[in-house]
Amino acid sequence: MPLSTEAVGKRYDPLVYAVGREKIREYALAVGETEPLHLDVAAARRAGYADVVAPPMFAVVYSGPAMGPALFDPEVGLDFSLMVHGGQEFKWGPLVVAGDEISTTVSVVSIEERAGKGFYVFESASTNQDGDTVAVGTWTNIVRGI
Amino acid sequence: MQAGDALPELRTTPDRYLTVRYAGASGDFNPIHIDEEFAKQVGLPGRILHGLWTMAQVARAQTQAGGGPHALKRLRVQFRGMGLPEQELTVTGVVHEVRDGVAVVHTVAEQGGTQIIRNAEAEIELPA
Repeated sequence: MPLSTEAVGKRYDPLVYAVGREKIREYALAVGETEPLHLDVAAARRAGYADVVAPPMFAVVYSGPAMGPALFDPEVGLDFSLMVHGGQEFKWGPLVVAGDEISTTVSVVSIEERAGKGFYVFESASTNQDGDTVAVGTWTNIVRGI
Repeated sequence: MQAGDALPELRTTPDRYLTVRYAGASGDFNPIHIDEEFAKQVGLPGRILHGLWTMAQVARAQTQAGGGPHALKRLRVQFRGMGLPEQELTVTGVVHEVRDGVAVVHTVAEQGGTQIIRNAEAEIELPA
């Protein structure tokens, strides 16, 4: 079945995520962080931050929900039963801290067939309440046996 | 940090229930990570690690080497094979080049002799 590339360029409505102190701590502990900036409010404030600092990979928490509508879009047509997460990239701007509100917009970058596999590439662009770009993610999903 | 320098190695062993805690922390409840029976039904050896948890270990190796979370400006990885709970994971990296105050690091995550993250590249901002 040929891949449909109709969704390439499509952009989804932004989704706002409110960053919570305990969510940062829960995430930091789950990934084994020992850095006090992520766990200890007093340490974060001593270092000049308003609250605990999100680890860079916390980007998956605030940008992940915005990926949903794109991944489940029938026009994109991802077959989840044959899908693997092939690659991931993040570029980071200013650090995110508890209390920030992060708005993420997702778009479809490309849909291509290579060697019998479908490569679906999405971009998530996340900005904070001041308009700074805090993270840009490139998500590559591979569907086997198309 | 100079070209050719090795990053301090990061070693960690995800415990039996790590994937459950990470599912809750990240919001990724795909049953291949948390349900042993389901994972086996779809042909996996058992529950597998979240690729993005493993990527977070690669990120930790960079931020520890760079002196904090502010230092990591970019990380790109490819996921290969699958990570398993209760097996030690090792993250290694070598500085490929330094330009304009940024170290470009080539880094991998390995478990049981298999690279589960490969061809990864990080950019670490160096102190001025």
